[in-house]
Amino acid sequence: MLKISKTEFDEIRRHGEETYPHECCGVLLGQMDGDERVVASVARCGNTRNDSPHNRYNIDPKELIRIQREGRERGEDIVGFYHSHPDHPPRWSPTDLAEAHWLGCSYVITSVEKGKATATNSFELTGSDENDKKLVDEKVKLG
Amino acid sequence: MTKIHIPTPLRQYAGKQADIAVKAGTVGEALSGLVSQHPDLRRHLYTDDGKLRSFVNVYLNDEDVRYLQKEATAVKDSDTISIVPSIAGGR
Repeated sequence: MLKISKTEFDEIRRHGEETYPHECCGVLLGQMDGDERVVASVARCGNTRNDSPHNRYNIDPKELIRIQREGRERGEDIVGFYHSHPDHPPRWSPTDLAEAHWLGCSYVITSVEKGKATATNSFELTGSDENDKKLVDEKVKLG
Repeated sequence: MTKIHIPTPLRQYAGKQADIAVKAGTVGEALSGLVSQHPDLRRHLYTDDGKLRSFVNVYLNDEDVRYLQKEATAVKDSDTISIVPSIAGGR
Protein backbone atom coordinates (compact mmCIF):
# COMPACT_ATOMS: atom_id res chain seq x y z
CA MET A 1 0.00 0.00 0.00
CA LEU A 2 1.05 3.56 -0.71
CA LYS A 3 0.13 6.21 1.83
CA ILE A 4 0.30 9.78 0.55
CA SER A 5 -1.23 13.07 1.59
CA LYS A 6 -3.84 14.69 -0.63
CA THR A 7 -1.46 17.63 -1.07
CA GLU A 8 1.38 15.48 -2.43
CA PHE A 9 -1.05 13.39 -4.49
CA ASP A 10 -2.44 16.52 -6.11
CA GLU A 11 1.08 17.81 -6.69
CA ILE A 12 2.14 14.82 -8.80
CA ARG A 13 -1.08 15.05 -10.82
CA ARG A 14 -0.54 18.78 -11.35
CA HIS A 15 3.01 18.06 -12.52
CA GLY A 16 1.60 15.79 -15.24
CA GLU A 17 -0.76 18.53 -16.39
CA GLU A 18 2.06 21.10 -16.50
CA THR A 19 4.34 18.96 -18.67
CA TYR A 20 1.54 17.74 -20.97
CA PRO A 21 1.87 16.56 -23.77
CA HIS A 22 5.15 15.29 -22.39
CA GLU A 23 5.61 12.76 -19.62
CA CYS A 24 6.50 14.14 -16.21
CA CYS A 25 8.56 12.22 -13.65
CA GLY A 26 9.62 12.50 -10.05
CA VAL A 27 10.54 10.79 -6.80
CA LEU A 28 8.49 9.81 -3.74
CA LEU A 29 10.37 10.11 -0.45
CA GLY A 30 9.41 8.88 2.98
CA GLN A 31 9.57 5.67 4.96
CA MET A 32 9.16 1.98 4.27
CA ASP A 33 6.86 0.59 6.97
CA GLY A 34 6.56 -3.16 6.42
CA ASP A 35 4.62 -3.54 3.17
CA GLU A 36 3.59 0.11 3.24
CA ARG A 37 5.35 3.02 1.67
CA VAL A 38 4.55 6.24 3.49
CA VAL A 39 5.25 9.36 1.43
CA ALA A 40 6.49 12.41 3.31
CA SER A 41 7.48 14.51 0.31
CA VAL A 42 7.69 14.40 -3.48
CA ALA A 43 10.44 15.80 -5.68
CA ARG A 44 9.94 16.81 -9.29
CA CYS A 45 12.57 15.70 -11.78
CA GLY A 46 13.35 16.73 -15.33
CA ASN A 47 12.59 14.24 -18.09
CA THR A 48 15.90 13.68 -19.91
CA ARG A 49 14.25 11.83 -22.84
CA ASN A 50 14.28 14.85 -25.14
CA ASP A 51 14.17 12.50 -28.11
CA SER A 52 10.70 11.16 -27.22
CA PRO A 53 9.27 12.98 -24.19
CA HIS A 54 5.62 12.31 -25.12
CA ASN A 55 5.98 8.57 -24.45
CA ARG A 56 9.26 8.03 -22.56
CA TYR A 57 10.85 9.32 -19.37
CA ASN A 58 14.22 9.03 -17.72
CA ILE A 59 15.54 10.58 -14.54
CA ASP A 60 19.15 11.78 -14.50
CA PRO A 61 20.95 9.70 -11.82
CA LYS A 62 22.82 12.83 -10.78
CA GLU A 63 19.53 14.56 -10.01
CA LEU A 64 18.42 11.48 -8.09
CA ILE A 65 21.58 11.48 -5.98
CA ARG A 66 20.92 15.11 -5.04
CA ILE A 67 17.29 14.37 -4.13
CA GLN A 68 18.38 11.30 -2.18
CA ARG A 69 20.95 13.34 -0.24
CA GLU A 70 18.48 16.11 0.55
CA GLY A 71 15.90 13.54 1.60
CA ARG A 72 18.27 11.82 3.97
CA GLU A 73 18.96 15.14 5.67
CA ARG A 74 15.23 15.16 6.50
CA GLY A 75 15.26 11.47 7.51
CA GLU A 76 13.53 10.37 4.29
CA ASP A 77 14.41 7.58 1.88
CA ILE A 78 13.33 6.93 -1.69
CA VAL A 79 10.14 4.84 -1.58
CA GLY A 80 8.93 5.22 -5.15
CA PHE A 81 8.63 7.19 -8.35
CA TYR A 82 5.90 8.73 -10.44
CA HIS A 83 5.34 9.58 -14.07
CA SER A 84 2.48 10.48 -16.40
CA HIS A 85 0.95 8.87 -19.47
CA PRO A 86 -0.25 11.68 -21.76
CA ASP A 87 -3.45 10.59 -23.55
CA HIS A 88 -2.89 7.01 -22.47
CA PRO A 89 -4.35 4.82 -19.69
CA PRO A 90 -2.79 4.82 -16.21
CA ARG A 91 -1.55 1.25 -16.56
CA TRP A 92 2.04 0.13 -16.66
CA SER A 93 3.44 -0.62 -20.10
CA PRO A 94 5.97 -3.30 -21.12
CA THR A 95 8.55 -0.47 -21.20
CA ASP A 96 7.62 0.54 -17.65
CA LEU A 97 8.22 -3.00 -16.42
CA ALA A 98 11.40 -3.57 -18.40
CA GLU A 99 12.93 -0.37 -17.07
CA ALA A 100 11.75 -0.69 -13.46
CA HIS A 101 14.57 -1.83 -11.18
CA TRP A 102 13.72 -0.55 -7.69
CA LEU A 103 12.19 -3.70 -6.20
CA GLY A 104 9.86 -3.02 -3.30
CA CYS A 105 9.20 0.56 -4.43
CA SER A 106 5.99 2.14 -5.74
CA TYR A 107 5.56 3.26 -9.33
CA VAL A 108 2.72 5.77 -9.63
CA ILE A 109 1.21 6.51 -13.04
CA THR A 110 -1.23 9.33 -13.84
CA SER A 111 -3.17 9.47 -17.06
CA VAL A 112 -3.38 13.00 -18.47
CA GLU A 113 -6.13 13.34 -21.06
CA LYS A 114 -6.01 16.48 -23.22
CA GLY A 115 -4.04 18.26 -20.51
CA LYS A 116 -6.23 17.23 -17.58
CA ALA A 117 -5.12 14.61 -15.03
CA THR A 118 -7.68 11.81 -14.85
CA ALA A 119 -6.96 8.52 -13.04
CA THR A 120 -3.86 7.85 -10.96
CA ASN A 121 -2.80 4.30 -10.11
CA SER A 122 0.08 2.85 -8.13
CA PHE A 123 1.98 -0.38 -8.68
CA GLU A 124 4.50 -2.08 -6.45
CA LEU A 125 7.54 -3.62 -8.13
CA THR A 126 7.61 -7.08 -6.54
CA GLY A 127 9.90 -10.06 -6.97
CA SER A 128 13.31 -11.17 -5.86
CA ASP A 129 15.34 -10.05 -8.87
CA GLU A 130 15.22 -9.04 -12.55
CA ASN A 131 14.02 -12.49 -13.63
CA ASP A 132 10.79 -12.61 -11.68
CA LYS A 133 9.92 -8.95 -11.14
CA LYS A 134 6.30 -7.83 -11.58
CA LEU A 135 4.37 -4.60 -11.28
CA VAL A 136 1.40 -5.35 -9.03
CA ASP A 137 -1.62 -3.10 -8.39
CA GLU A 138 -1.47 -1.54 -4.96
CA LYS A 139 -3.95 0.47 -2.95
CA VAL A 140 -3.37 4.20 -2.56
CA LYS A 141 -4.48 5.60 0.79
CA LEU A 142 -4.88 9.36 0.87
CA GLY A 143 -4.51 11.28 4.08
CA MET B 1 37.25 4.13 4.56
CA THR B 2 35.21 4.93 1.45
CA LYS B 3 31.46 5.07 1.98
CA ILE B 4 29.11 3.23 -0.37
CA HIS B 5 25.50 4.35 -0.39
CA ILE B 6 23.06 1.48 -0.89
CA PRO B 7 19.70 2.24 -2.58
CA THR B 8 16.56 1.23 -0.68
CA PRO B 9 15.76 -1.96 -2.69
CA LEU B 10 19.20 -3.45 -2.11
CA ARG B 11 19.46 -2.82 1.63
CA GLN B 12 17.75 -6.10 2.43
CA TYR B 13 20.81 -7.80 0.90
CA ALA B 14 23.24 -5.54 2.76
CA GLY B 15 22.28 -6.10 6.39
CA LYS B 16 19.61 -3.38 6.10
CA GLN B 17 22.33 -0.74 6.07
CA ALA B 18 22.07 2.49 4.07
CA ASP B 19 25.84 3.05 4.03
CA ILE B 20 28.68 0.58 4.09
CA ALA B 21 32.31 1.53 4.60
CA VAL B 22 34.98 -0.33 2.67
CA LYS B 23 38.75 -0.01 2.40
CA ALA B 24 39.63 0.39 -1.26
CA GLY B 25 41.92 2.18 -3.70
CA THR B 26 39.56 2.08 -6.66
CA VAL B 27 35.84 1.95 -7.38
CA GLY B 28 36.23 -1.67 -8.52
CA GLU B 29 37.94 -2.64 -5.28
CA ALA B 30 35.24 -0.89 -3.29
CA LEU B 31 32.47 -2.80 -5.08
CA SER B 32 34.39 -6.07 -4.71
CA GLY B 33 34.77 -5.38 -1.01
CA LEU B 34 31.05 -4.69 -0.79
CA VAL B 35 29.97 -7.96 -2.43
CA SER B 36 32.56 -9.87 -0.34
CA GLN B 37 30.90 -8.51 2.80
CA HIS B 38 27.41 -9.05 1.40
CA PRO B 39 27.46 -11.85 -1.22
CA ASP B 40 23.69 -11.66 -1.82
CA LEU B 41 24.24 -8.30 -3.49
CA ARG B 42 26.31 -9.80 -6.29
CA ARG B 43 23.48 -11.03 -8.53
CA HIS B 44 21.76 -7.66 -8.25
CA LEU B 45 24.84 -5.71 -9.31
CA TYR B 46 26.62 -8.05 -11.73
CA THR B 47 25.64 -10.25 -14.66
CA ASP B 48 26.60 -13.93 -14.64
CA ASP B 49 29.78 -13.09 -16.55
CA GLY B 50 30.85 -10.57 -13.95
CA LYS B 51 29.96 -7.29 -15.67
CA LEU B 52 28.09 -4.52 -13.89
CA ARG B 53 24.45 -4.67 -14.96
CA SER B 54 23.64 -2.05 -17.60
CA PHE B 55 20.96 -0.37 -15.47
CA VAL B 56 23.23 -0.03 -12.43
CA ASN B 57 24.75 3.43 -12.37
CA VAL B 58 27.76 3.93 -10.14
CA TYR B 59 28.60 7.46 -9.09
CA LEU B 60 31.71 8.68 -7.31
CA ASN B 61 30.45 11.69 -5.38
CA ASP B 62 28.58 13.50 -8.20
CA GLU B 63 30.32 11.91 -11.19
CA ASP B 64 29.31 8.89 -13.24
CA VAL B 65 32.32 6.54 -13.14
CA ARG B 66 31.66 5.62 -16.80
CA TYR B 67 32.99 9.08 -17.61
CA LEU B 68 35.96 8.78 -15.25
CA GLN B 69 38.13 5.67 -15.37
CA LYS B 70 35.19 3.30 -14.76
CA GLU B 71 36.02 0.67 -12.14
CA ALA B 72 39.69 1.72 -12.19
CA THR B 73 38.74 5.18 -10.87
CA ALA B 74 40.78 5.99 -7.76
CA VAL B 75 38.92 6.62 -4.51
CA LYS B 76 39.85 8.40 -1.28
CA ASP B 77 38.58 7.80 2.22
CA SER B 78 36.49 10.97 2.05
CA ASP B 79 34.66 9.82 -1.10
CA THR B 80 31.11 8.50 -1.36
CA ILE B 81 30.14 5.94 -3.97
CA SER B 82 26.43 5.79 -4.84
CA ILE B 83 24.78 2.81 -6.48
CA VAL B 84 21.80 4.12 -8.45
CA PRO B 85 19.59 1.75 -10.45
CA SER B 86 18.17 3.65 -13.41
CA ILE B 87 14.67 5.13 -13.36
CA ALA B 88 12.95 5.18 -16.72
CA GLY B 89 9.91 3.96 -18.63
CA GLY B 90 7.02 5.29 -20.61
CA ARG B 91 3.76 4.22 -22.21
